[in-house]
Amino acid sequence: MMAVTVIAIVLQRNLYSVVVLAGVYSFLMATVLVALDAVDVAMTEASVGAGISTVLLLGALYLCGGEEAKPMARPWLPLAVTLVIVAALVYGTHGLPAFSDPQAPIHTHVVPRYLGQALAETGVPNVVTAVLASYRGYDTLGETIVVFTAGIGVIALLRRARRGKGEEK
Amino acid sequence: MKRQVVLRVVGKLLIPYMLMFALYVQFHGDFGPGGGFQAGVITAASVIFYALIYGLPAARRVVPEAVVESMIALGALVYLGVGFAGLALGGNFLDYFVLDRDSVAGQHRGIFWVEVGVLITVAGVMLKIFYMFAGRRRED
Repeated sequence: MMAVTVIAIVLQRNLYSVVVLAGVYSFLMATVLVALDAVDVAMTEASVGAGISTVLLLGALYLCGGEEAKPMARPWLPLAVTLVIVAALVYGTHGLPAFSDPQAPIHTHVVPRYLGQALAETGVPNVVTAVLASYRGYDTLGETIVVFTAGIGVIALLRRARRGKGEEK
Repeated sequence: MKRQVVLRVVGKLLIPYMLMFALYVQFHGDFGPGGGFQAGVITAASVIFYALIYGLPAARRVVPEAVVESMIALGALVYLGVGFAGLALGGNFLDYFVLDRDSVAGQHRGIFWVEVGVLITVAGVMLKIFYMFAGRRRED
């Protein structure tokens, strides 16, 4: 179903339907993540991917029109680059440990400590929250700063554009 | 969409529950799925919902731009403040166990405030971007 959605997105020329299909894709992705037991990520995907970004993209489309421009040239070089990268990634997956292999490095490094000690050390039953906010506090701080910077960037760009137009008039 | 009676009534009914759900996601994030980021997005979504139904000026009256802009900075400051609080109480930067006599309670407190910081920043940024996009007029 996700593949069908992606093909529909690529073929579709009307950008409004592309945005709606992208929302559908996000919801499908969220269900896949629930099936993989990653409920926190699924929740984020559903709320951000399907909710907020759909609204923001529709707002952007309202500003700049809903029809996709015809491509200027046939993009053979980008296609070739993409195919090479896909081939390299597929080749790379052969080096990965098998799915849900208990001896995989990711399951033997810090995960046992997180899963075993998180409740005793932080008093927080949800391990995802414990890892996110406590063990990986620096990373989450970085993420918050990234979001902060994004907000500042949008303010800086759009404010200046508006003021520039005011001066022209 | 201001004249749509159904939308207005449904919006009025749903928005308190959306905010409630955001708070639930925020504070129950320790025990179930959820946390600051998701809760921030849901909070912003409820205000965006309000703006879509009642119009942008109404939403700007409820949540003024100045509040949104200070939220963006406040959240990051809360997060950094937790880090420096750990520093001031004799731990490393972002050490939570010094925040309370009991180290587990300190961890809990640290995580709580960090998540509050994330919530404030995320909700502020999402709302600000929406305001910025929705506040512009078509250029042609």
